[in-house]
Amino acid sequence: MRKEFLMGNEAIAMGALAAGVNLVAGYPGTPSSEVLETIAKRRSAQVYVEWSVNEKAALELAAGAAYTGARTLVTMKQVGLNVASDPLMCLEYIGVKGGMVVLVADDPGPISSQTEQDTRQFAVYSKLPCFDPASAQEAYEMIQEAFAYSEKYGTPVFFRPTTRVCHGYASVELKDEEQYHVNQPEGFVKDTSKWVIFPRVAFQNHMKIESRNEELSQVFSEYSRNAILPEDAQHQQCRKGIVASGISYTYACEAMEQLGHIRLLKVATPHPFPEQLALQFMEGLDEVLCIEELDPVLEKALLQICGKHHCTVKVLGKLTHHVKNAGENTRDSVKKNIADFMEISMNEVQEREVPPALPVRPPVLCAGCPHRASFYAVKQAMKGKKTIFCGDIGCYTLGNAMPLDMVDTCLCMGAGVNIAQGVGKIEPDTTCFAFVGDSTFFASAITGVVNAVYNQANMTLVVLDNSTTAMTDHQPHPGTGRTMMGEIVSKISIEAVLHGVGVERVETVNPLNLQQAVECVREVAAQPGVKAIIFKSPCIAVTKPQGCMHIDSEKCINCKKCIREIGCPALFVKDGKVTIDKSLCTGCGLCSQLCPVEAITGGEAHA
Amino acid sequence: MHKNIVLCGVGGQGTVLASKLIAAAAMSRDIPVMSAETIGMAQRGGSVFSHLRMGEGVYTPMIGEGEADLILGFEPGETVRMLPYLKKDGYVVVSNRPVMPVTASVSGSNYSGQEMLDYLERNVKHLMVVDTDKACEELGSAKVLNVLMLGAALKTDALGLSKEAVEQVMLERLPEKFHELNRKALKFFST
Repeated sequence: MRKEFLMGNEAIAMGALAAGVNLVAGYPGTPSSEVLETIAKRRSAQVYVEWSVNEKAALELAAGAAYTGARTLVTMKQVGLNVASDPLMCLEYIGVKGGMVVLVADDPGPISSQTEQDTRQFAVYSKLPCFDPASAQEAYEMIQEAFAYSEKYGTPVFFRPTTRVCHGYASVELKDEEQYHVNQPEGFVKDTSKWVIFPRVAFQNHMKIESRNEELSQVFSEYSRNAILPEDAQHQQCRKGIVASGISYTYACEAMEQLGHIRLLKVATPHPFPEQLALQFMEGLDEVLCIEELDPVLEKALLQICGKHHCTVKVLGKLTHHVKNAGENTRDSVKKNIADFMEISMNEVQEREVPPALPVRPPVLCAGCPHRASFYAVKQAMKGKKTIFCGDIGCYTLGNAMPLDMVDTCLCMGAGVNIAQGVGKIEPDTTCFAFVGDSTFFASAITGVVNAVYNQANMTLVVLDNSTTAMTDHQPHPGTGRTMMGEIVSKISIEAVLHGVGVERVETVNPLNLQQAVECVREVAAQPGVKAIIFKSPCIAVTKPQGCMHIDSEKCINCKKCIREIGCPALFVKDGKVTIDKSLCTGCGLCSQLCPVEAITGGEAHA
Repeated sequence: MHKNIVLCGVGGQGTVLASKLIAAAAMSRDIPVMSAETIGMAQRGGSVFSHLRMGEGVYTPMIGEGEADLILGFEPGETVRMLPYLKKDGYVVVSNRPVMPVTASVSGSNYSGQEMLDYLERNVKHLMVVDTDKACEELGSAKVLNVLMLGAALKTDALGLSKEAVEQVMLERLPEKFHELNRKALKFFST
């Protein structure tokens, strides 16, 4: 045993390695990405790891490997599960031979996501067992158990941490490598009655799944991570209890350290719900408060149990508005929920003045980000025209902020390409643009382009190719020519893909050359049909800065056009003068190309 | 020992690294640590924070309001934002250098950070304002803000860690050519 200071996601990865995982695949997405990255860094040579092109591909790959008896892990964020849901829903009816853990990181808040969907709810829907860790240490141990359950019951299982567990750090106690489980895959054994899904097979397996889940509810009532924590001596007569899971369980423990301990049920397997344990917990209680994030999954499970067993216990939580029904829980919100429930008044008001208005800091494109130049070029070229700019998921969603204001829609990965077509079909006089990043292009925009070409759309596809997956910390993708196994492979050319699916006009331009970029957009946008512009310039985080721009204060007329037009964080006003923050400026030179008096020089010479 | 520390600033200022160094220093002295940071979209120039908790009997990395022994503020406005977390008698160490939000630059509104520092002066008993711009200039590097702030935190004793412990883990993590600069930066406000 040894200790390491690990992020929750790193602990999960180390746990998977300790469980003898043979293959790991995933698609990046906050807060899940570090799991796969850690596997790649810490794996032995026998472990295969890849960033797949999207979550569906990752899940299918892992299923194939699990058919051979390999232990497999798939990683994604919650919205990635929507992409992977088609194979997953079916896979549950087929089952697996090797242990298969589907790690889906949920994001209460949401902090970096489009939805507050709850994977525990998806577990109920898809009938998969689900494990919900509360801390880095628990996650490390629990994922090893998840592999064992998966293998024993022949089903993929969900492992569902949330952002605060994924990104929380702790000193985690780890196994030594000699203690790792070793899994030797037996190999794929042909059996069409098992591996080929047909209605009859689905019906038979549906029955098996239902009885297995009933059994698992019993088994999980004995599982040590589902537990009743007894009330303290002062609360022996208290007929109230708390039900909690995940990070909210830790918040509840902290709150009760201060407020006193009433009985608590910790739920580590929201599905199948440990029914027997819950009945035992509710014995002698009149009221229980459910503390959880996202959907009222525990609350509904308890209500169902109460209904089934005619318990008169009152179940409180989100459905009764005792706990807020959206956004993440905090230490303080949970403390207040429990204090209210225990009828303890909290009046520790801090005697401080009301603070002055705080600066608002929405996330922005970095100084020197090539996306800023791309958006600005399209904006300049299309000035005064009726347009729609359909955005997508990635750093470039931040192009919506003022002053660029260049993202009119954003829905989900790859959606922009099709939304632009839909708008165009109803409003033929609108010039339709779809912006998509390079990684998103490969993940889910190609089919949209095929659709556009086939169905005779009029639109301009703008691929923002910065040669990386920037938002999630720079993972490689098919266009980068690197794999997670460390191989250098041939890059898949976006241009060639577009030509291949029938896009005849594809222009590749450096967006940092403003004049050339604007001219290119004007020309391409005026042409009918489906055409594409690839703005190619690397992300500032994967390239060396070109130096720094300088403002000649003699020449500068302080018109502030540079600040007003592009909103670069490196440009600001100090003592009434436009100034460049040297620690941020990368010398991209965009500002120098729009300065009316040529007062800004330095950096790259593009103009 | 039991310490709760909030580090806060603007994405890109290096709060995460500072938090990791404190955690490593605590680990090197066998003190259990938990921490939590802002990761993801907010790192692009948004408000960021780290919560850091040292000592036994901690269930969660998150700090509740009124629980922080120390706020290490890399930016005046962000420090005011985190003030509800401060204990009644807690310490605040704050850099006097404001970071202008792009929203303020674009709308032409005024944010100098001075009103934030004034507010802190009036509302925090144990306050240490550090001139990090001046320090960076003297040291000839703009990249040592986090180590400067760590040094200032050591001066208050609110960290509960020795300068030696912090320096040791810092040097272990840096290439040798940066040792001298960072040693000086750590010393700048701590002595």
